[in-house]
Amino acid sequence: MRLFDRNQMAMTAVVRYPLRSSMLLVAIAIGVAAVLVLTSLGEGARLYVTSQFNSLGTHLLFVMPGKNEVGGLGGMAGSLGGSPRPFTLADVRALGRSPYIDTTTPMVMGGANINYQGLERDIGVLGTTHTMQRLFEYEMESGRFLPELDLDNASPVCVIGDTIARELFGNAEPVGKWVRMGDRRVRVVGALAQGGQSGGHDLDEAVFVPIAFAMQMYNRESVMRMMVEVTSDEAMVKAKKDVQDIIRARHFGHDDITIMDQGTILNTFNKIFLVLTSTLGGIAAISLAVAGTLIMNVMLVAVSQRTAEIGLLKALGARRSQIIGLFLTEAIMLSLLGAIVGVLVGYAAIEFLRYVYPLVDFQAPDWAVVAAVLTAVASGLLFGIMPARHAADLDPVEALAGN
Amino acid sequence: MIRFENICRDFKVGDEVVHALKDVNQHIEIGEYASIMGPSGSGKSTLLNVLGLLDTPDSGRYWLNGRDVSQLADDDLAATRQEIIGFVFQSFHLIQRMTALENVELPMVLARVAPAERRDRAHQMLSKTGLEDRMNHRPDQLSGGQRQRVAIARSIVMEPKVLLADEPTGNLDTQSGKEVLDILEGLHADGLTLILVTHDPVIGQRSHLHLRMIDGVIQAERRHQQRRPEDDSHAPV
Repeated sequence: MRLFDRNQMAMTAVVRYPLRSSMLLVAIAIGVAAVLVLTSLGEGARLYVTSQFNSLGTHLLFVMPGKNEVGGLGGMAGSLGGSPRPFTLADVRALGRSPYIDTTTPMVMGGANINYQGLERDIGVLGTTHTMQRLFEYEMESGRFLPELDLDNASPVCVIGDTIARELFGNAEPVGKWVRMGDRRVRVVGALAQGGQSGGHDLDEAVFVPIAFAMQMYNRESVMRMMVEVTSDEAMVKAKKDVQDIIRARHFGHDDITIMDQGTILNTFNKIFLVLTSTLGGIAAISLAVAGTLIMNVMLVAVSQRTAEIGLLKALGARRSQIIGLFLTEAIMLSLLGAIVGVLVGYAAIEFLRYVYPLVDFQAPDWAVVAAVLTAVASGLLFGIMPARHAADLDPVEALAGN
Repeated sequence: MIRFENICRDFKVGDEVVHALKDVNQHIEIGEYASIMGPSGSGKSTLLNVLGLLDTPDSGRYWLNGRDVSQLADDDLAATRQEIIGFVFQSFHLIQRMTALENVELPMVLARVAPAERRDRAHQMLSKTGLEDRMNHRPDQLSGGQRQRVAIARSIVMEPKVLLADEPTGNLDTQSGKEVLDILEGLHADGLTLILVTHDPVIGQRSHLHLRMIDGVIQAERRHQQRRPEDDSHAPV
């Protein structure tokens, strides 16, 4: 039988049984659309995180105490056999002397209770320096960001996020007011504009204080991490080496810090999200396997509905392979049509998601689309084989009698 | 042309074994017009199925067109059917979703005949059976007699040597049945070997080789063609 004739015959059978065909199309379309939508969630999350990182600018180094394998997050001080040497403000100041380094922004994070005239709230505290604003381009609602202070200066000032400002002060101007933070009195010097985002943090709930103040408050002598702004992209390698050399010299020859650039961090995130996306896609693909069993079922029904027709084809001289080919083509055609419908529905659903959550760039990765369609067609092939063989194995006399 | 040697075919029905064909020996010549008659369950359908290579005998040998076909594999049987045998069924066995033309083309589709040639030949056959103006009708738009004529056109489009007809007029009224029989006999007159199963004694009388089946055994009777008036002049006395 010519390929065209086979396709034609399978197609007329698909069209001839619209209910059966459309049910199968729906099952496969749901599976394919699920793969597209779920992977678009993973991919959207990845792109969101990536874009947040990229908004930092490209020439940043992240320095943390403790030695990690490159690419890992949150490792331990392996080579030292103990806790890492504290990463002190003196270290930070020393790094600032490298010609390849523009700014150094140390950070200490913690929690505290903030209180203004009896109104209380638990907040996250971020101890840092004025250079933070330059890195993240924070917008101010009123007042100013942390003032440019000497690193050691534990000046009791703070900058508060919009939600905290409204909850503590209502519509009143927060700048210039004194609040209690833990057991200290702190003056509000600025309030951030609403809706700020940085590295996935919600700035509306944040409170910034000078680094030295935070270190006093939490009674620690080391910073938790530091962002190093390098003078240019070209200087990245030299800056990285400078950081390493300077810290090694100050820490008696120990390489007890971890330096990551955005590339390493992004790679790590990309790997995590790839695993996440593949897992989501894999789960959705199970529904395609389920649809596959439906293909088998529907094709078995098709074979029994057309028993007499199969008998006729055999009487007219159809070979075994021709009958198998005919029913396999029909199964594949149904699954391919289902996959096409599924891709369209999936893209429509993703458009809807983008409309509802405009911040996240939902998009199904191309590999997931291809894999979903291939899986659908492969399950059509795989689960179509048994019914097709069943058809080819029918006894012509029995089949003609419609048994 | 066709020779049966000690053909046996048994069926198991429940615990019982039914001997549908009991040691059948028979030969049918090229161009012969044979009818198979007998009560139901006498084995005439089995005989026709074995003749048409739809069923294989349990033992014995079947020579078709000079070749032993009793032990062929499925695909070889299919190829032989395609080449040598045409079928006409009592229930027509037309594919409902196809037009008359497409139904007639079907055997050629399976045989990979080129589309243009296919169309031409299907046209010719439908003209031959008087359905020029019904070619693009689907079976449900045709009368019973017309459907059977489509089926006949389909059975001869591959130019078989033997035409097997299983009660071809069984589902038709007298007039349509007569028309169908006329077409079949016309094909026989053109040289086709015609074998038909029938309940109708009138049709049985018209055949030249009369095979009466009872309990899996054939009683054969060969007659001359004196039953057809137009043939009287050629009939030996």
